[in-house]
Amino acid sequence: MLGSELDTANRRVVKRLGVVVLAMFGFGFALVPLYDAICDLTGLNGKTGQVDEQIAKAYAVDMDRWITVEFVAQVNTELPWMVEPVVRTMRVHPGALTDALFVAQNRKAEQIVGQAIPSLVPNIASRYFDKTECFCFNQQTLGPKERLEMPLRFVIDPAIPKDVGSVVLSYTFFRVDGAAQISQAGS
Amino acid sequence: MSTATAAHDDHHDHGAPAGLMRWVYTTNHKDIGTLYLWFSFVMFMIGGSFAMVIRAELFMPGMQVVDPQFFNSMTTMHGLLMVFGAIMPAMVGLANWQIPLMIGAPDMALPRMNNWSFWILPFAGTMLLSTMFMEGGGPAFGWTFYAPLSTTFAPDSTDFFIFAIHMLGFSSIMGSINVIATVLNMRAPGMTLMKMPLFVWTWLITAFLLIAVMPVLAGAVTMMLTDRNFGTSFFSAAGGGDPVMFQHVFWFFGHPEVYIMILPAFGVVSQIIPTFARKPLFGYASMVYATASIAFLSFIVWAHHMFTVGMPVAGELYFMYATVMIAVPTAVKVFNWAATMWRGSMTFEPPMLWALAFVFLFTLGGFTGLMMGVAPSDMQYHDTYFIVAHFHYVLVTGALFGIIAAVYYWLPKWTGYYPDDRLSKLHFWWSAISVNVLFFPQHFLGLAGMPRRIPDYSLQFADWNMVSSIGGFAFGLGQVFFFFIIVKTIRGGEKATDECWEDAQGLEWTIASPAPYHTFVTPPEIK
Repeated sequence: MLGSELDTANRRVVKRLGVVVLAMFGFGFALVPLYDAICDLTGLNGKTGQVDEQIAKAYAVDMDRWITVEFVAQVNTELPWMVEPVVRTMRVHPGALTDALFVAQNRKAEQIVGQAIPSLVPNIASRYFDKTECFCFNQQTLGPKERLEMPLRFVIDPAIPKDVGSVVLSYTFFRVDGAAQISQAGS
Repeated sequence: MSTATAAHDDHHDHGAPAGLMRWVYTTNHKDIGTLYLWFSFVMFMIGGSFAMVIRAELFMPGMQVVDPQFFNSMTTMHGLLMVFGAIMPAMVGLANWQIPLMIGAPDMALPRMNNWSFWILPFAGTMLLSTMFMEGGGPAFGWTFYAPLSTTFAPDSTDFFIFAIHMLGFSSIMGSINVIATVLNMRAPGMTLMKMPLFVWTWLITAFLLIAVMPVLAGAVTMMLTDRNFGTSFFSAAGGGDPVMFQHVFWFFGHPEVYIMILPAFGVVSQIIPTFARKPLFGYASMVYATASIAFLSFIVWAHHMFTVGMPVAGELYFMYATVMIAVPTAVKVFNWAATMWRGSMTFEPPMLWALAFVFLFTLGGFTGLMMGVAPSDMQYHDTYFIVAHFHYVLVTGALFGIIAAVYYWLPKWTGYYPDDRLSKLHFWWSAISVNVLFFPQHFLGLAGMPRRIPDYSLQFADWNMVSSIGGFAFGLGQVFFFFIIVKTIRGGEKATDECWEDAQGLEWTIASPAPYHTFVTPPEIK
């Protein structure tokens, strides 16, 4: 190739590849919503859903079926709280709106903010497990040595696969003091 | 020819400028190739000395040489320096020296950018190494820097590590753009794509891999940076993020990265074996397609690095099948190398010895890779010394042996002298034996359950660790000897012919030895 022709050709290659580089940098970030979308579709990371009370009440209760729901709570090492479910196991009908209760106790004489992150197994069930109310929808603030009752209202979609007989709903509590505003974390 | 053209040619006949500034300002592909190769050798020595610290600590059970934090920092820095400082720049150095010579081009397509892509490296390397002297120590979270170890629990120096990775990424991307532009636009008339030497092909494909995945790595470390300093929660579960996602993003870069390190070595071996078997490469076209298939497959198998994170069975099955599929194009290559040697008139000069060791030992590393590609067996081997043995077989006896083979193969062309035959063979046998003493016992340790990245271990692992450490010290010593051989060759020795090796094929053997500062100013004609 001649000198000027070569310059144009080189410039074209640089421009095209530059676009690819920028696109791939963007793709790296696009992996984040993509990952969330795949997790939502497959229930892979056990994130449970949030629904309106109206929709939850409209479900037909399947009186012939029982599903055992077990509750687990654990605290991340940085959070000096004790958290426990008041009732550890309950049996519910799919479609029935049910209340559960967790209790948190601040062990330190200072105000601390925590955030609960849910995870449900088996993962396949997490798409059918929805909450109308949950302490995990917001950050929880506990004053010095404060004890707090934290309610939760959930419903299991009657469309849940037939082979699911029991689910375990686990909450991990993280300390979020000073961290940036977190939205939608617990949904 | 007019006088004007003749004067123009005179202008190109000048040699290299003198002085230190020659190396700072240079836009000559041979100078930049040399800089890359020396830089990577320095990093190889520093990274190697870190490996010596690791092997010294693991020589006996119990803690004797360093404290655990520093040990972790050693394993991390060893990995980072060898991957980003030694192997990758060495491959770019070979590309700089050889691609223009092999396709009949006067230089790289973008010489000024070439200067930049090299000169970023020493600064990135220094920044990475400087973290070792900072409060809290250097990065100690493993070269894969998984969150939250590298975000929530990492020392402050991690931000310097992040910027070092950014700069290394810039360097690699610029280098790759240069390779692609050179190969696409600068080939001599008649040099069609399917006539290109295989080293050029493998580098072209590697360059595309780099351009596709280095930006993703840049994205991953940028997310780390904002998680650490600006309150985002990409990888923090407390804020709605997910630490497992880090592994997905990282390995989306990381798996193509391992092919970035090995494909140019495939190319080197595909040059050397035909030369010393005195036969054309068997199955040239299938080699090109196999390389391209490996590159494509490398994008869709990343989660085989994370079989134990709790994937659904469907995911494990998919990633298992896709991974094992890579064995097909890889086997095509190994069969082609073997078929090239079949009934060839083989001689065993040093480059050929290294290439043969590459074929044999890399294939061994490939087999252990298959064992771990099978999800249920990976559950047992995961994060044990078995994986350490595996990736050292493919990266040391694979990528590194490929680089050393390339250096022995092209050193007569670069310096004008043959490396001392007796010393080179001593270097080869010393390294080939010690590297197996070093890494083969690590298979046994891994199968017996010894975890990686641990400074202390229980007593049953003592014997093989001692054997491995002795092999490690011997192998390290052998590479200091390599430095001695290279310096000796540069200073003199048996004069190399232009052809260098008997009946060697390719444009690089048509020019004088040592290669003049400017070559192929008038493009050669390829029939």
